[in-house]
Amino acid sequence: MPIIEKLAFYMEFPFVRYAIIVGVLISLCSSLLGVTLVLKRYSYIGDGLSHVAFGALAVASIFKLTNNMLLILPVTIVVAILLLCTGKDTRIKGDAAVAMVSVGALAIGYLLMNIFSSSANISGDVCTTLFGSTSILTLKASDVYLCVGLSVAVLAVFVLFYNKIFAITFDEKFAQATGVNAALFNLLIAIIIAVIIVLAMNLVGALLVSALVVFPALSAMRVFKSFFTVTVAAATISVVCSLAGILVAILAGTPVGSTIVAMDIVAFFGFYITSFIRSR
Amino acid sequence: MGNEQWAMSNLGRTMNSEDIQKKNPSLIKCRQLTLGYGAKSIVSDFDYDVNVGDYLCIIGRNGCGKTTLLRGLAGLLKPRSGSIELCDGLRRNQIGYLPQITVVQKDFPASVEEIVLSAFQGKKGFLPFYGRARRERAMECMALTRTESLAKACFRELSGGQKQRVLLARALCAAERLLMLDEPVTGLDPESTDAMYSIIRELHKNGMTIVMVTHDVDTALDDATRVMDFNNIRRENGPSVPQTRDERCR
Repeated sequence: MPIIEKLAFYMEFPFVRYAIIVGVLISLCSSLLGVTLVLKRYSYIGDGLSHVAFGALAVASIFKLTNNMLLILPVTIVVAILLLCTGKDTRIKGDAAVAMVSVGALAIGYLLMNIFSSSANISGDVCTTLFGSTSILTLKASDVYLCVGLSVAVLAVFVLFYNKIFAITFDEKFAQATGVNAALFNLLIAIIIAVIIVLAMNLVGALLVSALVVFPALSAMRVFKSFFTVTVAAATISVVCSLAGILVAILAGTPVGSTIVAMDIVAFFGFYITSFIRSR
Repeated sequence: MGNEQWAMSNLGRTMNSEDIQKKNPSLIKCRQLTLGYGAKSIVSDFDYDVNVGDYLCIIGRNGCGKTTLLRGLAGLLKPRSGSIELCDGLRRNQIGYLPQITVVQKDFPASVEEIVLSAFQGKKGFLPFYGRARRERAMECMALTRTESLAKACFRELSGGQKQRVLLARALCAAERLLMLDEPVTGLDPESTDAMYSIIRELHKNGMTIVMVTHDVDTALDDATRVMDFNNIRRENGPSVPQTRDERCR
């Protein structure tokens, strides 16, 4: 009983309620697109984009923008489009481009923060951005509205274009040859992914974003056998893990981001063992 | 069928079979076509017409440009020069395409039904969900390729021959007038190969135009009405200028 009382006590605070709302929405969105990313062999893109978002955040903080989303979101979207839509015939191959952009953005971001920052605790700031240790608990009402708005938009696009996204994920060439505008939907996927990454950075921090994208999808793919069930399962796993992670973090005082990721890892091994037992 | 949507798409096909009796009009016209990747031209200065009712086999050794040409015809590769023109009112979303299976697909968590239904995404309309007409059509295509009993099965757990027949069912759903096949029997055992060919033969008999890339010269040529041969040409003048033999069998 004391745990429930403790939780009820924490629920009184608006920032805890905000954290839970935002956490659930972000994990839902990221897991849905995660299935597509993993299957298209783009798992690493989430990681690369989050580093870009970190770099953009550093620039935004130098210019002391009141709403840093205005810079971070467009920059991340542009990079996502460049990485996902330039095709396979470019001079620098996809994985090398991701590695280059991601490390480059990280280094430049940290460099800029060090040179221009007026804060006394630079390493603290950087650590917070990278691992999201407190940002989820310092959300303002306006952040929550923005997050809810963007998440609902992402969900709506995903549901409406679910079948198109499936067709392009399974076989882009076939889709293109039979009259689907594959380039347009790749663009749409790139934009959605960028939005999700930027949102998820608030929840788990820049370095841990790809865990949110990759783990639920991989867990679901161990056990489920159709795209629809995999998608639904990934979404469920992700939401449950995030919720559990946030509650544990609040009760035990652990950092929110890494607790959520730890939950995702536990779930992954659970599903892995299940599939192993089933196949015996 | 008793369904408006499907009756509409069938209308095009009935008109075509009338056309065949008069004179076979062209479906695809290639003029001075050059295709290639990077700096390399693989097919160059190539004129060819694919006609309504053709069963065209493209043969030749590895790397001679068969698949490249098919990708060009399927609109996946932009010509470096020259043109590929869809004629006789043919639209991209009336073409079915059976590409070579990819590594990604071999381990893809999807049911057979989901994959076959995905063929309709190129058709007109917004299609957030599939209506009954489309589901029925998908079941028909699965019946034609003898995969209807696999509808709920998981694609990655099927045998090679079953996978290929599922992808053929998907191509069939998309194909209203033209079906392009890229090495449809590669990696299949003799039994599955025969099954595949007999399905394709049946489709051609029912009025489908077929363009097929294949290594399996003997069997394929028994059925083909036209053959495009990429062999023995490349050495003379760089990029391939395939010879064509028409009406070999009829």
